[in-house]
Amino acid sequence: MAFPQPRPQVPQLPQHLLRTIECQQGAVRAVRFNADGNYVLTCGSDKSLKLWSASRGTLLKTYTGHGYEVLDVDSSFDNSQLCSCSSDKTVILWDVASGQVTRKLRGHAGKVNCVQFNEEATVMLSGSIDGTVRCWDTRSRRYEPIQILDEAQDGISSLKVSEHELLIGSVDGRVRRYDLRMGQLHVDFIGSPITCVCFSRDGQCTLSSSLDSTVRLLDKSSGEMLGEYSGHVNKGYKLDCCLSDKDTHVLSCSEDGHVYFWDLVEVSLTLKLPVGKAVVQSLSFHPTEPRLLTSMEGHVQVWGAEPETEIGEREVVVGGEPRTGPAAVLK
Amino acid sequence: MASDEDSDEDFVTYGTPLEPLEEDEPVRKPVPVHEQTVKDEKGRYKRFHGAFTGGFSAGYFNTVGSQEGWTPSTFVSSRQQKAEKPNIRPEDFMDEEDFSEHGIAPREIVPTDDFASGKKDQLKDKARAVSSLAALIPGDTGLLEELIAPARSSIGVELLRKMGWKDGQGVGPRLKRKQRKQNDVYGCAFPPNGSEESEDEDEFAPENVSFAPKDVVPVDFTPKVDSHGLGYRGLNPLQALGGGSETGHINLFTLQSDRTTSLFGDRNSGQQRRGGIGGQAFGVGAMEEEDTDIYHKDSMSNYDNVLGGEEPGDGLYGWTAPQQYTRKKNDPKRDVAYLGRILDGFTLASQVTEIKTVYPPPDLPRDYRPVHYFRPVVDSSTVSPIVAQALQASRGRLSQDAPQQGRHSLDSSQRCDMLGETPLQGPSSVFELLGSKDRERLNEIRRAATEQNKSVENLSSAVDRAAVVASAKAAALQALSSRFQSIASSETQMALKAWSGPTADASKTFKPFAENPLKQARYDLYITKLKQGNKDALESSLDSSMTEWERGRERDEFVRAALLYKPSNSSLSSRFTRSKHEDDTDSVDVTRDQEEICLAAVKMKMFGKLTRETFEWHPDKLLCKRFNVPDPYPGSSTVGMPKVKRDKYSVFNFLTITDSSQVSRGAPSASKPPSSSSTLPHLTPEVSNKKSRWDIPGQEPKDPLSAFLSETRSEVLAAKNQTDSPHATATPEVKVAQSDGKQTEQKTEEEEKEEDEEEVRPPMDLFKAIFASSSDEKSSSSSEDDSEEEKEVAPPASDPIQSSAETLNPPVSAQSTPAPDIKLKHLTVQSMPSAETTAQNTQSSHSAPAKSQGLDEEEFGPRLPPPGKQKKRVEESNSSSDDTDSNSEDENSVVSTSELLQRSELIF
Repeated sequence: MAFPQPRPQVPQLPQHLLRTIECQQGAVRAVRFNADGNYVLTCGSDKSLKLWSASRGTLLKTYTGHGYEVLDVDSSFDNSQLCSCSSDKTVILWDVASGQVTRKLRGHAGKVNCVQFNEEATVMLSGSIDGTVRCWDTRSRRYEPIQILDEAQDGISSLKVSEHELLIGSVDGRVRRYDLRMGQLHVDFIGSPITCVCFSRDGQCTLSSSLDSTVRLLDKSSGEMLGEYSGHVNKGYKLDCCLSDKDTHVLSCSEDGHVYFWDLVEVSLTLKLPVGKAVVQSLSFHPTEPRLLTSMEGHVQVWGAEPETEIGEREVVVGGEPRTGPAAVLK
Repeated sequence: MASDEDSDEDFVTYGTPLEPLEEDEPVRKPVPVHEQTVKDEKGRYKRFHGAFTGGFSAGYFNTVGSQEGWTPSTFVSSRQQKAEKPNIRPEDFMDEEDFSEHGIAPREIVPTDDFASGKKDQLKDKARAVSSLAALIPGDTGLLEELIAPARSSIGVELLRKMGWKDGQGVGPRLKRKQRKQNDVYGCAFPPNGSEESEDEDEFAPENVSFAPKDVVPVDFTPKVDSHGLGYRGLNPLQALGGGSETGHINLFTLQSDRTTSLFGDRNSGQQRRGGIGGQAFGVGAMEEEDTDIYHKDSMSNYDNVLGGEEPGDGLYGWTAPQQYTRKKNDPKRDVAYLGRILDGFTLASQVTEIKTVYPPPDLPRDYRPVHYFRPVVDSSTVSPIVAQALQASRGRLSQDAPQQGRHSLDSSQRCDMLGETPLQGPSSVFELLGSKDRERLNEIRRAATEQNKSVENLSSAVDRAAVVASAKAAALQALSSRFQSIASSETQMALKAWSGPTADASKTFKPFAENPLKQARYDLYITKLKQGNKDALESSLDSSMTEWERGRERDEFVRAALLYKPSNSSLSSRFTRSKHEDDTDSVDVTRDQEEICLAAVKMKMFGKLTRETFEWHPDKLLCKRFNVPDPYPGSSTVGMPKVKRDKYSVFNFLTITDSSQVSRGAPSASKPPSSSSTLPHLTPEVSNKKSRWDIPGQEPKDPLSAFLSETRSEVLAAKNQTDSPHATATPEVKVAQSDGKQTEQKTEEEEKEEDEEEVRPPMDLFKAIFASSSDEKSSSSSEDDSEEEKEVAPPASDPIQSSAETLNPPVSAQSTPAPDIKLKHLTVQSMPSAETTAQNTQSSHSAPAKSQGLDEEEFGPRLPPPGKQKKRVEESNSSSDDTDSNSEDENSVVSTSELLQRSELIF
């Protein structure tokens, strides 16, 4: 390119409420962007899983089949499949287009807290309150997990999958990182029960929030602490935390109805986004844009960097892009 | 039949024996032909097609597949097994049956090339040399093959070479020249000029030089007994009729060359021979032109005209094959003694190897026991002469000389004498140390014990009677734990007697349960009560919240400990001093140590090496494949961690075992509304037991784990203080425990009733587990869950009450209250004296793992926020209804302490 890259812009924070979606499915236990960020998935306590358009806020599909409240959901990289887990101890693999249950996997002894696809959606990983993580094969018809990771001494609260690593946070106060490439298990002692873990987008750090109302950023390779973020309230609930789209900020839910934004490097509170009065239970950051989803009680809020009108213009642009997956189904 | 009795002779059994017939056995119906089936080795039915359609079916319905279908040879990734090239042999396409004895490619044991081929070749060479003479065309015997034969020699040749043998030499002892010359007379295989040369050399040969024997082809000369012409080859009827194969017997009518071939068993020679009638003696037919060379081979040059002169050139000099050799060689496979097959190139041993005789082990006497008893060595001086004599007579090993037995056989006084020490001033026996009162009491105890064993009615003293009545009552109450009763009756009394005297000194008491402070506290309580002469000290000092079995065990332990470590007289105790360094068992614990280090590191924010542990972990192969990652441990077959650290007290280790007493006790207390204050103390232990690590951060404002640690430390300190001061028993801890004990005393009876009922009726969870359908996921959730769900599923009728609660305390009531009674309990806990709470804390921390089985699932994870739809529901329906939900009332009653409530709610 002839011209040098312009100076990197000051990262914009999603602080403008774009819309509120009333989900009509009881409490929203988790809200997630899909792989490309065009759709929103909500897990309801009324046993249903719903797919929404992120731009318009319209309900696209409802997936029913769980026997109890749905706790977590993840979409595959090609948006063709969803996996969800529930208090009914099952993990379900869904076909997005038809809304049918492709596979219903039983095996956990307790409610399943978290579920994730791997990069190619060939494996589903589910973490349960029974202290195990089970790796389910989506390619074969086997109903037994490929492997059971039972090193945790208490329930699994959160797990994330990267290219070749599994990051697992457990109530026993430890963050375990299974490195498949190296064949090693790294255990980081945090002390307080872990509620959520994340990889940073560059894959070098891990973020873990725990019940001592602290979010810690640890160096992945050495386990040293790079930053400690506190100020929010997280003492009883399983609340989410995440990093912003460019790893500039650390976000965490709080029991006081706010979402806290900290600057990742300076460890200072940048923004305290008021969401509502109740507990902000779940949040999800758009994979590429400064957009945020928060869930509180029965509704989901979509937050953007700019106010609604401008977003509306951008929406057209987004809409013009070729879409994959569910868009085809939805026309 | 071979299975006939144990006759000394050995029989060889062929076939399967018939089933022995029994006389009164009903005649079995024979299986009709159409129901008789044939199965192959794999148990598959062999279906008979019929003789003309192929006999038995092959494979799976004449296919190569199986019932599961045809499985191709599995795809092997070339990524990991690059080097491995599939080397497909014809055997890969053959069935197992084909390799069997009657298959198309039977597998047999053959000697390897090293041993077999070389030998064969040698024989073949010689045979060929012989047969070449007899061949129609000279040099017809595969000269070309010989030329291009691979240069491979067998091990035998190699060995011979190593021993100095050279090609072309004969085998045998080296010979003097003279003998060789003698040999030479009969001619040798060497060209004539060579032999001449050697003859020339002969004259100059020194005396001490020996030569190797000549290599000769063994030939047997058979006399010509027939009247055919020389060189006439008679018609061999076997060969003429296309039999081809050599017969076993020696055919005298064949030429010697023929015989030689057959002698070496050369296969080729048989194949080379043309079939049909081929004798030359028949001459040429009229239609044939070949009449010039009638006696083709019969020229005079073939005959020796000089005896011992010119070499005939056939090389068949040397020695005549002995008759025995011929016979043996001829039929190696037809040895009479051996029925099996003999490998090619092997012969049967001529001498039978000596069979090792194995002698049977000696018969042991019936009452023999393989244990050696070391007989006591008895000192003759200490034993009465009669006994000594008896001993000597019995085994003759009575020790005569005491000093020779070593120092261990001496007692302290003897050693003292030998060393010339002055004896200790103190009394020699423990009994002497005791005062007369004590001695009396001891006797009394002994007497009481024996009497009690006899009968309860024969008690002498009123005190004993009362005690026994009490213990009998306890026994009646503790019908469940009958196994502990035997000691409880007599030993309790002994313990009581031992401790109730004035001599008991609290400061000197031993601490048998030091590693478990709570237990020690209970034990201390028991001891103090014993000192006060309390009869049912044991029962009252036990923890009522424990299970019956635990209580029984502890009862047992306490009584034993009390007897074992009963107070001693001051003169006796003065002989011993307390150790200066107490072994702190609780601080030695390694895992705790590690945890502490980690905790300290976390506190100091020193994450990194201290908090990180790295283990070897083996991912499943398939998992690696799915993640597109090479297997980090390609060779290993283990999956997971090679050595797994497993929490002994993990809740999920007990998932299948439900402690009925725990569950059932939890259920009524939860359902009971805590209306009266009298039930509160009963519930408090429940509350403390229900705690999990999740509530720690909520309860303590400071760092919860460090607080917990400091607590335990302070308690250890307190326990130490207790040992130091005689009045340390008045510490609040013990008081609490005492009061606790009293409460349990009051309630023992009704508790027992409850427990009896529970024994009759299994816990509700069991029914649920059995009868609940799989879709009803509620069954697995706890009571707390149920209440929560009840609200969700509940008709909107009950909602208004909640709404009223919400209006009273808006921020709090937005969250649902899963178990309000627990909240209340917690309130009371908070308001209780600190000593008790600490005691409970510690109690819970120690007993939590064991009790956690009965706990709810909900408590092991961060709770989910309450569903928001309730609020909505409230907005939707404002109609009031009859109040059945007592929970909301409780909520109203605790509204004033909403702050506290919220906190406790967050905890649970």
